[in-house]
Amino acid sequence: MKISLKLYRYNPEIDKKSRYETYQLEADPTDRILDILEFVKGYIDGTLSFRRSCAHGVCGSDAMRINGQNRLACKTLLRDLHGNKVTVEPIMGLRVIKDLIVDMDPFFENFRTVLPYLINDEPAPKTERLQSPEDRERFDDTTKCILCACCTTSCPSFWANDEYLGPAAFVNAHRFIFDSRDRAADERLKILSAQNGVYRCHTVFNCTLACPREIEITKAIGEVKRAISTGSLK
Amino acid sequence: MQTHIFDVIVVGAGGAGLMAALYASKTASTAVISKLYPTRSHTGAAQGGVGAALGNLEEDYPEWHTFDTVKGSDYLGDQDAIEFMCQEAVDAVYELEHYGLPFSRTPEGKIDQRPFGGHTNNVTGKPVRRACFAADRTGHMILQTLYQQCIKNHVNFYDEFQVIDLLIVNGAAAGVVALELSTSELHVFHAKSVVFATGGHGRIWEVTSNAYAYSGDGASVALRRGLPLEDMEFFQFHPTGIYKLGILITEGVRGEGGILFNDKGERFMEKYAPKVKDLASRDVVSRAMYTEMREGRGIGGKNFFYLDVRPEVVNRYAALDGRKRPDGSPYIVTADEIISKLPDIADFCRVYLGVDPVTQPMPVQPTAHYTMGGIPTNKYGEVVIDDQNTVLPGFYAAGEVACVSVHGANRLGTNSLLDLITFGKHAGLRAAEFSRGATLQPLPKDAADFALAQLNQLKNSAGSERVADISREMKSVMFDHVGIFRTADGMKTALEKVRELRQRHQHIKITDQGKVFNTDLINAWELGNLLQLAELITVCAINRTESRGAHARDDYPKRDDANWMKHTLAWEKDGNIRLGYKPVAITKYQPKERVY
Repeated sequence: MKISLKLYRYNPEIDKKSRYETYQLEADPTDRILDILEFVKGYIDGTLSFRRSCAHGVCGSDAMRINGQNRLACKTLLRDLHGNKVTVEPIMGLRVIKDLIVDMDPFFENFRTVLPYLINDEPAPKTERLQSPEDRERFDDTTKCILCACCTTSCPSFWANDEYLGPAAFVNAHRFIFDSRDRAADERLKILSAQNGVYRCHTVFNCTLACPREIEITKAIGEVKRAISTGSLK
Repeated sequence: MQTHIFDVIVVGAGGAGLMAALYASKTASTAVISKLYPTRSHTGAAQGGVGAALGNLEEDYPEWHTFDTVKGSDYLGDQDAIEFMCQEAVDAVYELEHYGLPFSRTPEGKIDQRPFGGHTNNVTGKPVRRACFAADRTGHMILQTLYQQCIKNHVNFYDEFQVIDLLIVNGAAAGVVALELSTSELHVFHAKSVVFATGGHGRIWEVTSNAYAYSGDGASVALRRGLPLEDMEFFQFHPTGIYKLGILITEGVRGEGGILFNDKGERFMEKYAPKVKDLASRDVVSRAMYTEMREGRGIGGKNFFYLDVRPEVVNRYAALDGRKRPDGSPYIVTADEIISKLPDIADFCRVYLGVDPVTQPMPVQPTAHYTMGGIPTNKYGEVVIDDQNTVLPGFYAAGEVACVSVHGANRLGTNSLLDLITFGKHAGLRAAEFSRGATLQPLPKDAADFALAQLNQLKNSAGSERVADISREMKSVMFDHVGIFRTADGMKTALEKVRELRQRHQHIKITDQGKVFNTDLINAWELGNLLQLAELITVCAINRTESRGAHARDDYPKRDDANWMKHTLAWEKDGNIRLGYKPVAITKYQPKERVY
């Protein structure tokens, strides 16, 4: 099929400000948007810059705004867009470095703020720590996060203030707060109840809609809020 | 140009690199250099499990795991290293659990385990539940968990730095030269120990499960510095990639009871592996599929088969096989159970195929998957550079870039994740230990020159060749002729073509002349690595006139232990490839015919 591909372009060494470039291309409905970008880079303009690695939705490199929605370019097929007009722009709220590449450092900084690692100083047994399937299920959804930033950069609260920790950081906090093996829920809940924490979430649900791993992010944030207000993890 | 000094430099931030960094940083100043953000590494794509004889669901022993791995390797694996890995496996998995890895659990709360290809009860020969898993995201969980631990332990990261060169001074490792992708500035990392954990080179082939990042950088950098690579003719094709796309469908699907069918609706693996059938070793299954294809029994006469995990099919064949649950009851599954154990597979099928795997079978074909060969090391991760296993002081390698060799001619599923954590750990420990007693080698004044020359050659070439064209032609010829079945004629065709492509690569056109994220230049440099390795692989494959594991030749269909029970070593100097050999370490298991 014939498509019209409109791409956000910005080369800091040449352009004073960003611009759009439109390409008329032949593509297959089952092409991934990533395949189409690779085609443009390979055969039309080698300067086009974007991140990618696994090409099947598990590494989280290629989060982009595709027809106005945050998605992974490798997990979005042309046929999913129901039309022949495709617009690809960088995710919002992070500084654009070049074309579709944004500065991810503030995002990872926010991630690190929530102590995203198991904390349990009790001596470990010789074998595994036991955990029931039910306790394991309690935080299963939030273990799926690939840190692609689709959620955080779809959030109006993050656009307004990049010190707002954002949904991805909350998801990763949730993953440990509700892990029966962890012992630092209180510490994390304190961080999340502070100024840039969960109370800036206005349950807009953009994050949940954007997540390519289908994590129920707004629900997870709700559980964190409830834990803060009730002081209980039940 | 900036210079940084550390005791230990780790290159690559997948499972092996992060494990090495965690252990090295306990006692030595350590930095990890990676061309990707660590969580983008390809370890995250591993699905089905990590092998360890925990015996949580049934009787199992590290000795059985050892034998299965030796047999899986078609007797080319070094038995001392394999035994070491399988013994270490049990504690290594518990250690991951203690780090917080969210394994799936048994009803008693223990780590859950599933069957995987080639892993057997050594008495009955039937599949054994040895793969410790977290749904079908085990690699993702390992990568995330290790990265979390690195944050906890304040490991230094240089993310999005591409290592271009390895510095060797006075016969010892002295550091690396890396390009900062966001600025194109060259940095010299001066160190006492260097650990390479850069992954494999599966992007050489057209249909591949491998990430774009898998361009063989570490192996190629070492080769350019005069070091040998080991057993490069051995590359694994995984039987079940999504048709055309190559995206991996875990062997765990067959572990959960999925069956492969040909066009006549036959469960063809019965013919090729009467005992374990669909759970035979990967090389065996991939070859069986090709044989079926050649005989016209691909689906609709095409190059694919159906992998069927619909509950009614799983249950019918489980009953025929007499498969039981650990409590002795018959193995019967529901659609919900399958989805809960294989959620990502279900997602891939829906996104890329528009197929729901519990109501429709999945179209699959063999896909390029895993690099068995690589930088030769001993079982401590120390790089060894000749047939005497002479150690290159201060240089270590672990994970897919390394060849210990624990996988020999064919890797068993779940042993790659085990390889990462075991040898990543020991390489990190050794690297730190070595750095304590060592002094920094003096840096030559021209330390960055070789790296710079490589990049400038590409940037300044006046040619008009495209990366995309050369890459496509390489992948196509390598998939056709240096893939699952090989012949001397086919491989010679490939060799000629790859040599022509290497010439054309000298005349590549780089459109982007900027400094900020010049991925045009990096793609071209990576392609050079792939071409260099493709040539070396083909030369090694032509040279080995036998069939063993993943190296299957129509013109030499039998394994030839009298002449070929040995590892290949290959060097490249001034464009010429030189081959040598070293013996296989055989301790307990004498080679015998391999039947599943």
